[in-house]
Amino acid sequence: MAAIEPMEQFLVHRIIPLPVQIPGVGMLDLSITNSVAFMLIAAALISAFFLISSRRALVPGRMQALAEMLYGMVDGTLTGGIIGERGRAFLPFVFTLFLLIATLNLIGLAPGGFTVTSQLSVTAALAVMTFLMVLTVGFVRNGFGFFKLFFPAGMPLAMAIPMAFIELISFAVRPMTLAMRLFGNMLGGHVVTYMFASFVIGLGVFGLEGAGLAKLGLIGSGVSFLVIVALIALEFVVAFLQAFVFAALTCVYLNEVVNLDHGH
Amino acid sequence: MEIIAAKYIGAGLAMTGLIGAGAGLGILFGNYLNASIRNPSAAAGERVWLFLGMALAESMGIFGLVMGFVILFVKVS
Repeated sequence: MAAIEPMEQFLVHRIIPLPVQIPGVGMLDLSITNSVAFMLIAAALISAFFLISSRRALVPGRMQALAEMLYGMVDGTLTGGIIGERGRAFLPFVFTLFLLIATLNLIGLAPGGFTVTSQLSVTAALAVMTFLMVLTVGFVRNGFGFFKLFFPAGMPLAMAIPMAFIELISFAVRPMTLAMRLFGNMLGGHVVTYMFASFVIGLGVFGLEGAGLAKLGLIGSGVSFLVIVALIALEFVVAFLQAFVFAALTCVYLNEVVNLDHGH
Repeated sequence: MEIIAAKYIGAGLAMTGLIGAGAGLGILFGNYLNASIRNPSAAAGERVWLFLGMALAESMGIFGLVMGFVILFVKVS
């Protein structure tokens, strides 16, 4: 019987090896891996969706209505709702983040799909992008007033100094938690689905080949199959929810630096 | 103790982190239900923060889960 290897589905392997030799630096591995291929597929899908749905009819068809709903949600609930009027400058970034993460998560649920966001490197890259944007916007907008972020208003100095230290740590850990949240959700979902799938096959084989009481293995196999159906339904919700939460947290962090002195 | 046994025990211990995540999620959703039944018209406005809070509380459990996976599945030569 084949070994149960839940982590094998996350292995990245090269499809088109493209080692690039940079003189003086060394070898840069620009191969097209399965991860890169699915990122390209996601980008192509999103671009195709917007090309199809931009007919600008006054009475929108289904695709255009969907695109308008997505835009309305990001503009109304995310950047508009959390940041306010100044949030519109960040609408493209947040919209791209939301759509990219949602598409990458959903592609991973399709049979044969590879979950790109189950790679910590990918989620870390997205989180570092968000963090660098928050830092840049913070310093460009507020200059050194950015450090007011770590001193909550109206605190005596003796309490404010350790508080500032704690706030600094909590601020610095944000890209890590952003990356780990998305990574952990995708990893956990797929590993649990794999484990229940291994139960289906394992208990099924046991029930089919055994005699007498071993036939109960078939019931276990059926129950595990129903659990997989429920898990995949949950994974659909989690895919959208994690994309929404990543975008919403980006908006919350941007709101802190954008509306630092004005309040919201 | 064999390394495989230690891995299994470690992974099981790492899962105790989900106690806190479960408690936190229950408190969060319970408070939201409580408040939304008292004031249904204001409930829709706070739904964003409900989902945000849910993700933040759940992520603590997820960190424990990932730690368990790391302990269990990283090959030790």
